Amino acid sequence: MKWYSTREMPATMQYTISIVSVLFVASLCYVLKGVIGYKLAALVLLMTVSVIAALFEILPVTISALSSSFILNFFFIPPLYTFRIGNAEDLLMFFLYFAIALVNAVLTSKIRKAERRTRDREEKENTIRLYTTLLNSLSHELRTPISTILGAVDTLSESSPKLSRANQETLLSEIYKAGLRLDRQVGNLLSMSRLESGTLQPKKDWCDLNDLVHSVLQKLPQDNKHPVNYCSNESLPLFKVDEGFTEQILYNLLHNAIQYTPEGSPVRIRIAHGSGSCIIIVSDSGPGFPEYATQLVFDKFYRLPHSKPGGSGLGLSIVRGFVEALGGSIQLENAARGGAVFTIMIPAETSYLNNLKNE
Amino acid sequence: MSKAEILVIDDEPQIRKLLEIALESNDYKVWLAETGKEGVAMVANHPPELVLLDIGLPDKSGHEVLGDLRSWYNKSIIILSVQNSESDIVSALDNGATDYLTKPFRTAELLARIRSAIRRNQTVSSNTTIHIGNLKIDLAARAVRKNSELLKLTSTEFNLLALFAKNEGRVLTHQFLLKEIWGVAYQTETQYLRVFVGSLRKKIEDDANQPKYITTESGVGYRFGQPS
Repeated sequence: MKWYSTREMPATMQYTISIVSVLFVASLCYVLKGVIGYKLAALVLLMTVSVIAALFEILPVTISALSSSFILNFFFIPPLYTFRIGNAEDLLMFFLYFAIALVNAVLTSKIRKAERRTRDREEKENTIRLYTTLLNSLSHELRTPISTILGAVDTLSESSPKLSRANQETLLSEIYKAGLRLDRQVGNLLSMSRLESGTLQPKKDWCDLNDLVHSVLQKLPQDNKHPVNYCSNESLPLFKVDEGFTEQILYNLLHNAIQYTPEGSPVRIRIAHGSGSCIIIVSDSGPGFPEYATQLVFDKFYRLPHSKPGGSGLGLSIVRGFVEALGGSIQLENAARGGAVFTIMIPAETSYLNNLKNE
Repeated sequence: MSKAEILVIDDEPQIRKLLEIALESNDYKVWLAETGKEGVAMVANHPPELVLLDIGLPDKSGHEVLGDLRSWYNKSIIILSVQNSESDIVSALDNGATDYLTKPFRTAELLARIRSAIRRNQTVSSNTTIHIGNLKIDLAARAVRKNSELLKLTSTEFNLLALFAKNEGRVLTHQFLLKEIWGVAYQTETQYLRVFVGSLRKKIEDDANQPKYITTESGVGYRFGQPS
């Protein structure tokens, strides 16, 4: 992480740090020249340039390489305080120094470019993968019912004399079910885009949640394979919430529970009155969620690996969208005895008018 | 008896075709209009028994058509709308629409709504006693019996039930109910409505949690009708 951040420093900062460190190390070596000798000093300076190369962009590194080689020549290599070099060995050392410092600079900058390219490519691949999954799941979700409708209609119109009455009815009911599925998916996509556009404003009004839950239960597909239990809570006050949002939240949660838990396993709803809030708890007796997924499931298009076909990965993200649009929060946990528990908290005014006797 | 005439105003050819077939096969005479303007002209020329009006028309909005028609046409107008447009629906109902259906709708439901709307056109009820399901509502004596057992209703509960009963089969918006029962000043006090509908249900329904007489149309209002 640190390595990236030094490279993102402003250019002037990079130049200053490079030059100051070259000067600092050079002065240190100059003071210790009597002890370490000028050849070791050259190595220490080379080391400094290498560290700078690892940290900064190519230009400050090149400048450090150049300036340090001049300093080496002028202050360290005999004859001192001239740019002349006395013997062939020192001359060779100076050129080697210069070459290694530059190679260092060029190599590290190349490595860095390669790194950046890899990073960009990975990011791009991730985006592409996300969109491919998204489009695949969407086109699957939309095309399956369309294929069902077209196929069933073809069969009905072309081979109707050969079809038994029972088969004809099955095809018709498949067309109906496909229509419902399409309708649901289009509804989900519309809700999602409304939520994302931020144009959806809650319209809060007094709401009898007992009544709302029962009307949602009526709207759920009546497959009778999942008992959904709700006992009206007679002591519940009226809550000031957006009826439509709350209905969508409940519908999607229940639909999800019914869709992904084994047949016959019960789903339970509880509504409670928190302090200044309405608490909705939907729990099922299914397999629950893996721990790593309890946050991910609310992400758009996220689906658990190996989850059964059907479903676009939108339902729960829409739930979260509506909960957040109401200023509330949602939490998913696994119950100790198994099954998922969704807990929703929506801030809401309450009214106990319903506890008053009417005249 | 001659066939009842229905005018369909919808810009979608597929929907027009579908409605034409569904309605004609159920013994209605069907007229079709593509645009609001055409529809209004057709109603003026030859007033039908009922108008099915798509609220999302291209030339002028269904709300305008509704306004134009309601200034002189007093038979039933059923609005066809898309889902999640409760505010649209409520404003259409408050501006004189008889009923509404959201697309996609089932034909059986459409036919039921049409029958109920046409029935209301024809019967200007002067009856003071209304029978619905197991309920017998005596408007003059302000008495309600369920399975011939007298129910004890408060005065407000009775007013509410009577209003519902006079509009059987029809969806009544929150604002309408509040205005009629409590007065204009209470039009936004939906909490009163929630409370009294709740207590009325406890008295007239077999199971107040699964209401059959007073059903909730969420975001819109309540509908009172025969328990099915």
